[in-house]
Amino acid sequence: MITRRSFCKKSLLIAGGLAVPLAALELFDPRKLLAEKDQKGPRWVFLVDTRKCVGCGFCVKGCKVENEVPYDANVTRTWVERYVVTNDGKTHIDSPKGARDGFPEKGIDIGHGKLEEIRDEDIEKAFFVPKLCNQCDNPPCVQVCPVGATYQTADGVVLVDRKWCIGCGYCIMGCPYGVRFFHPVYHVAEKCNFCYHRITKGMQTACVDSCAFGARRVGNLRDPEDPVTKVIMTERVNVLKEEYGTKPQVFYLGLSKEVK
Amino acid sequence: MKSHVWRPLFVVLVVIALVLVARKLLVPADFGVGARGYMYGWHRAGNEQQWKEVAVKYKTAQHCMQCHRDKYDEMKESPHRNINCENCHGPALNHPDDPHTLTMDRSRELCARCHTRLPYPGSNRGVMKGIDPKTHNVGLDCVTCHWPHDPRKEGHKR
Repeated sequence: MITRRSFCKKSLLIAGGLAVPLAALELFDPRKLLAEKDQKGPRWVFLVDTRKCVGCGFCVKGCKVENEVPYDANVTRTWVERYVVTNDGKTHIDSPKGARDGFPEKGIDIGHGKLEEIRDEDIEKAFFVPKLCNQCDNPPCVQVCPVGATYQTADGVVLVDRKWCIGCGYCIMGCPYGVRFFHPVYHVAEKCNFCYHRITKGMQTACVDSCAFGARRVGNLRDPEDPVTKVIMTERVNVLKEEYGTKPQVFYLGLSKEVK
Repeated sequence: MKSHVWRPLFVVLVVIALVLVARKLLVPADFGVGARGYMYGWHRAGNEQQWKEVAVKYKTAQHCMQCHRDKYDEMKESPHRNINCENCHGPALNHPDDPHTLTMDRSRELCARCHTRLPYPGSNRGVMKGIDPKTHNVGLDCVTCHWPHDPRKEGHKR
């Protein structure tokens, strides 16, 4: 038989117990605080000038060698797309082997080893668009990771922890830009990281160094004197798939409406 | 309360304790909420350092210049001045210690990356000097007639 007094006592105890947040039960760890500490530093951004790109594909070759992406596997951290708009209103898009060897054929690669030939006089406009990871400020690939293997650093680069990744592939599906792939050797998610080992040493990324035309540039958005920052702030730049709300940090000059 | 209430409760508490102990042992000590908070920054802090330690393979023309000043100067005067040495000669790695000599890509395909004629209006490719590799001196290396360091010069002899 429960008395009024014990009922009140027990209900207060239960209510009090429920009010204790789970976080209060976490064990204190100073090394965790070290990982949390606020780091001031650069915010890496990228600038692609599509008007300067000629589709040589040296950037793709340089990236694959620098970042040890298996050279003959049809996966790459960065690639170049060719857009050929013909006067019948059609847009022909291809990127053979990610343009690792440039665009050796005039015809458009339509898969299965077939080429679609386009007559010169039918071309209304044609151009090349390099693509790479946008290092989004709101990276959807990071949100979907169930194990905390992919994350954004204080300087804005999204990295993958190869030791911690379980290879579930959610992030590969979650990226609206399709920049992630499965690493054929490590069997984990792989992506462009702005050559993190180079930019943190004050170098340029491998793709920027191998571009002879100045179509690719990497910069620090927190430095107002950075030439890349100046272009982003003062010129007419665009980003890819802005409607997804990912806040991409790769800016494009001379982007055309055909580019997706 | 009776023991039939306490017994399952005890089992639940033991399970929770086991999970907490297992978590403590399996999760790396530097795992934490990074600069970008729980949603974007939940990670193992030591992994950032691992990515920074990846070996640099392309050492840039500044590295090549230290020994090959003559080649560097010749390149800087030529229309090919913006092409990095390593684009054709391969990554320097730890050259000259390892590897002692570099690979050199003299293939037609290398030159054809830029100099296959693609008449594209609106792209800089359209105004580049180009040939059709299917008809232009098939079977011969480009460097037989064109000196790659300075294409205004003739032949592959020094």
